[in-house]
Amino acid sequence: MTLEAGAELAPKTYPVTRASLVRYAGASGDFNPIHWSDRIATAVGLPGVIAHGMFTMALVARAVSEWTDGAEVVDFGAKFTNPVLVPDDDEGTSVTVSGTVKSVEDGLATIALTVVSGDQKVLGMPKVSVRV
Amino acid sequence: MAVDGSLVGRAFPPTRPYRVTDEKVREFAAATGVSWESGDPVPATFPIVLAFDAMNAFLDDVQVELSRIVHGEQKFSYARPIAPGDVLVATLSVASLRQIGGNDIIGTVSEITDDSGAVVCTTSATLVHRAAEVA
Repeated sequence: MTLEAGAELAPKTYPVTRASLVRYAGASGDFNPIHWSDRIATAVGLPGVIAHGMFTMALVARAVSEWTDGAEVVDFGAKFTNPVLVPDDDEGTSVTVSGTVKSVEDGLATIALTVVSGDQKVLGMPKVSVRV
Repeated sequence: MAVDGSLVGRAFPPTRPYRVTDEKVREFAAATGVSWESGDPVPATFPIVLAFDAMNAFLDDVQVELSRIVHGEQKFSYARPIAPGDVLVATLSVASLRQIGGNDIIGTVSEITDDSGAVVCTTSATLVHRAAEVA
């Protein structure tokens, strides 16, 4: 697709279950128990098992790749402002990624993102630049 | 236990060389629901596999438990796309350290370099080391 400044990119919603977290832990090497053990998550003061921030970011990267047909990512960053709580049930939760093209110049498109789980924003200032 | 402020500026030894393979990239992509085929772009957050390795070594060194770490921020800046066949190492250094409300806020930068020494990706992470609750 052609990226033009001001373009709104269609929101993408991805499911997140405990199984997703176990699978991501294995694939990434991040075995922090706060991502799979309620006992340990609550012991360190969290409300329960939370998704890896990097799993959420990986889903954002997936959305960007789908929007841009696999464009080369040059810069990508976000703050983890609210945890994605993942209940231990069949449905889990979901993460929805939407974006707006802020600028296209010098061969780079910059996309401002909004990333929510439920009705809460989970990433602060998520932004990506891709080569166009 | 607060992390020692003298760590700022310290660089840790590079991680063991890591060969990027089709199989590993396919596994990583599949974990985010993507069917990856050989020749497709490597997922943008894949360098975290190396950066995480470097972070684990760092946490071991400073005797911080992983379960007390929450991720605050992550940024990637890519000099070129990663591709299967690359042999990469990550070198972590501590960029900043401050204490807020009993938590340590640790800023790290990991440079990911290939076997020619060229930087492929620079990634910075803010790690929040949560203080133990006071009983």
